[in-house]
Amino acid sequence: MADLSTEVCGIPFKNPIIPASGVFGYGREYAEFYPLSALGGIATKGTTGSPRTGNLPPRVAETPAGMLNSVGLQNPGIDAFLERELPRLMQENTVILANIAGATAEECAEVAAKLDSTDAHMIELNISCPNVRQGGAAFGTSCAMAEQVTAAVRKATAKPLVVKLSPNVTSITEIAKAVEAAGADAVSLINTLLGMRIDVRTRRPILHNNVGGLSGPAVFPVAVRMVWQVANAVQIPVIGMGGVTSGEDAIELMMAGASAVQVGMACFTDPCAPLRILREMDEFLNQNHIAAVRDIIGTVEPW
Amino acid sequence: MKYMQGNYPILKKTAIAKDIFSFTLSCPDVAAQAQPGQFVHILPAGAGLRRPISIAGIDREHGTLRLVFAIRGKGTETLSRLNPGDAMDMIAPLGHGFTLLPEAAHVILVGGGIGVPPMLPLADYYGVKAAAISGFRSFSQVILQEDLEAAGAQTICCTEDGSAGAVRGFVTAPLEQLVSEGADMVYACGPVAMLKAVAQVCLRQQVRCEVSLEERMACGVGACLCCATRTQDADGGEHYLHVCKDGPVFRAEEVIW
Repeated sequence: MADLSTEVCGIPFKNPIIPASGVFGYGREYAEFYPLSALGGIATKGTTGSPRTGNLPPRVAETPAGMLNSVGLQNPGIDAFLERELPRLMQENTVILANIAGATAEECAEVAAKLDSTDAHMIELNISCPNVRQGGAAFGTSCAMAEQVTAAVRKATAKPLVVKLSPNVTSITEIAKAVEAAGADAVSLINTLLGMRIDVRTRRPILHNNVGGLSGPAVFPVAVRMVWQVANAVQIPVIGMGGVTSGEDAIELMMAGASAVQVGMACFTDPCAPLRILREMDEFLNQNHIAAVRDIIGTVEPW
Repeated sequence: MKYMQGNYPILKKTAIAKDIFSFTLSCPDVAAQAQPGQFVHILPAGAGLRRPISIAGIDREHGTLRLVFAIRGKGTETLSRLNPGDAMDMIAPLGHGFTLLPEAAHVILVGGGIGVPPMLPLADYYGVKAAAISGFRSFSQVILQEDLEAAGAQTICCTEDGSAGAVRGFVTAPLEQLVSEGADMVYACGPVAMLKAVAQVCLRQQVRCEVSLEERMACGVGACLCCATRTQDADGGEHYLHVCKDGPVFRAEEVIW
């Protein structure tokens, strides 16, 4: 068996596979399928200062090789997370990336400050949710806003800070450099691509929110490209995600420059996808006589 | 509760109406736990998301589940082309089902169209204590009437155009009549407009009512929060509950229609 361990911002991961924020709730449901300790880490559901109800349904639509969602950051708020979810998650023997979001930089900073005194290993700041009116992608699509919210959260916590980037921008490297300059310890990308589907019989958008975030295999090539560009533009580590469905996909993102890999929609197709992906990564490494997965990070040889 | 996932062999397949199929799956571990009103989450080959399908029959003795579904799109069409000997990739049993009342003297089952199948396990449970009202657009869509009858239920079939069944029109007219004669519970599954009408009848006549809802779903287990439905608690406070985990069965009075 190959050495699958990796490391992001000095935090050791037993393996590079992390269910992405939003697909995995706070882990309760998938713990009914397998022990969460098998995972490298868990990016928890995006959590805000106050509880949020989310968007009106329908919130999901399948698309060719992917899906749209417009959940809209439904979550019970940081206080409920700290009281009811985090203590249990900290018993799971896996790295906890507490994903946070907010309508304002102040709200994000307030949530981060509350997490600062907990045992959560890392904070993943979502500046890229396409499904909320305030905050969300608005932070992630302008360098100045991205820098401002990152700096505010940076001041509020000493924990390793990962900033999750939006692909819905002209130049993701500029945003990545802005958050690096503002004190981010790592970046994760890509969040969903903004999309839309219309029911031609009713002339209504399928999603009640009209638009939503596209994820799944359809976005994988975009993820590879952006991870590669960002990894070459910043000094801080990159966590890659976007349509990973196989061990070879995960290897590909790591070759593009990712130190760890998040898995989203594949968890819906197959709840045990993260474990299968790990097995397939191990097989790939063994077949190719690579001793440690760390050795492949950023090893793509561009033409 | 541990969820079960596996490739379960198909034992039997029947086309029971145009574009409506009945499958029997061998899945003793699921059948041992499944309850009326629960559903299964099935992955059609090549799809990215699973399809939630209600449970139409639970046979613990033979270790089988019966599933009845209509072709709604590519995913269900792919599933409909499977045959005995093939297998279905299924997560089950999911959601919380109908409240069963062992002491009940009389219950009413109301199914509309492809909402009829989940009534069948209730008919099996209640036997002669159940009356099953089924509503369909037309004769070509009528399903499962013999099965409901065989379970012992009094069956009342309604078609909107009067082309089949004893009643021309909606399920609500026979429902009003039966409810006025007294019932311990009304169970319903079908189109939202029908469920809303059933809920209003039950509210007016002060009879307990549970409805099984449908919503576009992703994970099926309560993690992704995609299948939200608007509900209200006793104090009038509004909440989103989730069809996959909090439902698919809800008390009629908690649903905001």
